[in-house]
Amino acid sequence: MDGVKFCLTINTYLYKLYVMYDLDAAFSALADPTRRAILSRLAKGEATVNELAEPFEMTQPAISQHLKVLEDAGLIVRRVEGTKRPRRLAKAGIEAMDQWLAILRKALEKNYDRLDHVLAAMERQEKGKTR
Amino acid sequence: MSKLTLKTEGDTHVIVTRRFAAPPEAVYRAHTDPKLIQKWLLGPEGWTMPVCINEAKAGGKFRYEWTNGKGAGFHITGEFVELQPYSRIVHIERMHLPDPTPDNHIETRFDADGTGTLMTMRMTLPDGKTRAAMLATGMERGMEASYVRLEGMV
Repeated sequence: MDGVKFCLTINTYLYKLYVMYDLDAAFSALADPTRRAILSRLAKGEATVNELAEPFEMTQPAISQHLKVLEDAGLIVRRVEGTKRPRRLAKAGIEAMDQWLAILRKALEKNYDRLDHVLAAMERQEKGKTR
Repeated sequence: MSKLTLKTEGDTHVIVTRRFAAPPEAVYRAHTDPKLIQKWLLGPEGWTMPVCINEAKAGGKFRYEWTNGKGAGFHITGEFVELQPYSRIVHIERMHLPDPTPDNHIETRFDADGTGTLMTMRMTLPDGKTRAAMLATGMERGMEASYVRLEGMV
């Protein structure tokens, strides 16, 4: 029964991961070069909207719109500091995406582990023929 | 240690790489010979591929059908665009769930790597939204795998 409990825990965990972090929104948010550039800038540390707007030929409202998409997707968070609203990466959201890619990797790995066995059997057969 | 890497690239790509101990010729054959494909391209434990039609030539069609033996199943259809034995396969595929998903354009390369092979699969989806949906579908399959294992234990 411990095995059953373990599986149920995993499923509950996957479900939570899916709902809490809205991974659909996270992957959609990444489907834009400006937003990816913003994330890589934030990977180096916190930044204000002005600092984020600087490298792009974009108006501040346009950048703010991108920041809103990233925020709604749970990938960045904001802090209040006087009149400034510096943004930084949301560790939990980024980690959830990493974990999710790891889960997919595992599912694929299963197929390729089987392929390893198929390839080993093919090689044994080849050797048998040449003997 | 996992030999597989999976990552997203740009707006619409998913890149998968994997190393194999066997040479490119064998890995290529295992991707194009239906009898060999049926032995490994199975997904979660308990699933089989009763139908594997594969015309491995430019313009040729393929159809893979999976079942879990308990009434659940789905299939993939596609066309080969280009084949260069034993180094490269370009094909287009879609899943039927049962409605067809948007086309996934896939280039698979088999490069010699020492005595083995480095496989690089580059998927191109029509747009970022479709890629997000595809990754989410993979999530459901992963959950399905857990449920199938759960059934096995009860």
